[in-house]
Amino acid sequence: MTRVLDISGLTKGFTLHHLNNRIAAFDDISFTVDAGEFVLLKGANGAGKSTLLRTLYRSYVPQAGSITFQSVHGAIDLARAADVDIAHLRRTEIGFVTQFLLARPRVSAEAIVAEPLRLAGVPQDEALDQARQALAKFGVKQDLWRAYPTTFSGGEQQKVNLARALIVPQKLLMLDEPTASLDANARAALVNRLTELKAQGTAMIGVFHHPGDVEKLIDRVIDLTPDFTPDEEERADVAL
Amino acid sequence: MTLTLDAPRIVRTRALLQVSNVSKSYGPVQALRNVSAHAYPGEVLGIVGESGSGKSTLLRMMNLEETPDQGSYTLDLPDVQGNLFDLDRFARRMLCATRIGIVYQNPHLGLLMKHSSSGNVAERLLVAGERSFATLRAKATEALEASEFPLDRLDAPPIELSGGMQQRVQLAKAIALEPALLLLDEPTTGLDVSVQALVLDTLKRLQQDRKITMVIVSHDLGVIRTLADRVMVMRRGEVVETGLADQIFQDPQHAYTQQLVHAKL
Repeated sequence: MTRVLDISGLTKGFTLHHLNNRIAAFDDISFTVDAGEFVLLKGANGAGKSTLLRTLYRSYVPQAGSITFQSVHGAIDLARAADVDIAHLRRTEIGFVTQFLLARPRVSAEAIVAEPLRLAGVPQDEALDQARQALAKFGVKQDLWRAYPTTFSGGEQQKVNLARALIVPQKLLMLDEPTASLDANARAALVNRLTELKAQGTAMIGVFHHPGDVEKLIDRVIDLTPDFTPDEEERADVAL
Repeated sequence: MTLTLDAPRIVRTRALLQVSNVSKSYGPVQALRNVSAHAYPGEVLGIVGESGSGKSTLLRMMNLEETPDQGSYTLDLPDVQGNLFDLDRFARRMLCATRIGIVYQNPHLGLLMKHSSSGNVAERLLVAGERSFATLRAKATEALEASEFPLDRLDAPPIELSGGMQQRVQLAKAIALEPALLLLDEPTTGLDVSVQALVLDTLKRLQQDRKITMVIVSHDLGVIRTLADRVMVMRRGEVVETGLADQIFQDPQHAYTQQLVHAKL
């Protein structure tokens, strides 16, 4: 298998200056992820699952360790990469999916979904065409495509968000509970899209409240409970 | 305990804007202390900080309105060389008219309030040497349209317009010559929230369609969050922290940045 990510000795805590203390999130985490592999992070609330995803995406800055990512430009340590390189990788190779849509005033649903394609250089018409197909797949009604999602219900916004977040195939994808509060049809559409991307070689690391939603995709489970050592990695079929 | 970042390895283009080690004192007050900043082509750099942090002074220097006591400023453009602070008044004026656009918080600073809106935009083109009336009118109209200014009000003077419309005229004037750099000094401060959203949306569209490099100064974190790719936090004339916008807002490192982010409603 082709290695996509090699995490070694990764440590993250938060220094809260006004309280004058440090809150540890996770310490000395090491694991690897291959192309097309789906890794599920598990652990109790507060074990640091979402924090780990955000650290890999560099919304949080790690305090020690390395995150070696095999980009099309060669190996790069995401823990130390320049901000401008991280911004570039986020546009081209690394995606992050949450359950929340960052809607902007006066931007239609189809335009918001097409935006990542536009930024990647796809011509306007083609990007809109693909965006409409994605919206259809996630079950957003056609009358809503040209409307502004700022006024949509939570569920509809979430569908728009997923269509947008998954429209450009990425090399590495972080999934932060994207299935929470999705209806059954949209959940099925999400699993379909993830299956497609996985087959194309996208490496995925995910946090799911109900891992059963994505059961068939999971290759490996990593437990972030503090006393866990990687040698004891559980197989998906046992863990679930 | 934070890791030191590497120099860029994937993005090999040079920064469009580079300000290095700039210091400036006004009498006993040190407004800027050894400040450096850069912005890559197409990037939006946000500068935040409280009143008196030096953020607006820095922006005025980027617009060559002020000269620092020391430090340098370069723009990586084909026909622009050397430290721009060394340019004479005429060269500065030409460079600002043709390559740099600015939108001020106070429209009175950027506009002739009693001249027509299209005239305000055309004036910028005149300074750059355009003389054909038809071209002036056409280009001014195009810039106003891109700024989403209502075209039936082309001849209205800014003094008769609402605050949001005045900002659109400033924006049209700033982009009329397709500048390489657009500077925004609190562009939406003082506008109604709904108008603010519309102006922000216009800025976002312009940025995406034209790939203009922007530097935006604001004390409004929401504005910075909406527009900026990267954020620089200033306090008392110094840079205390820089980072990707989401990182600054979600995982601020410096005590002052934490205070600033946590104070947001």
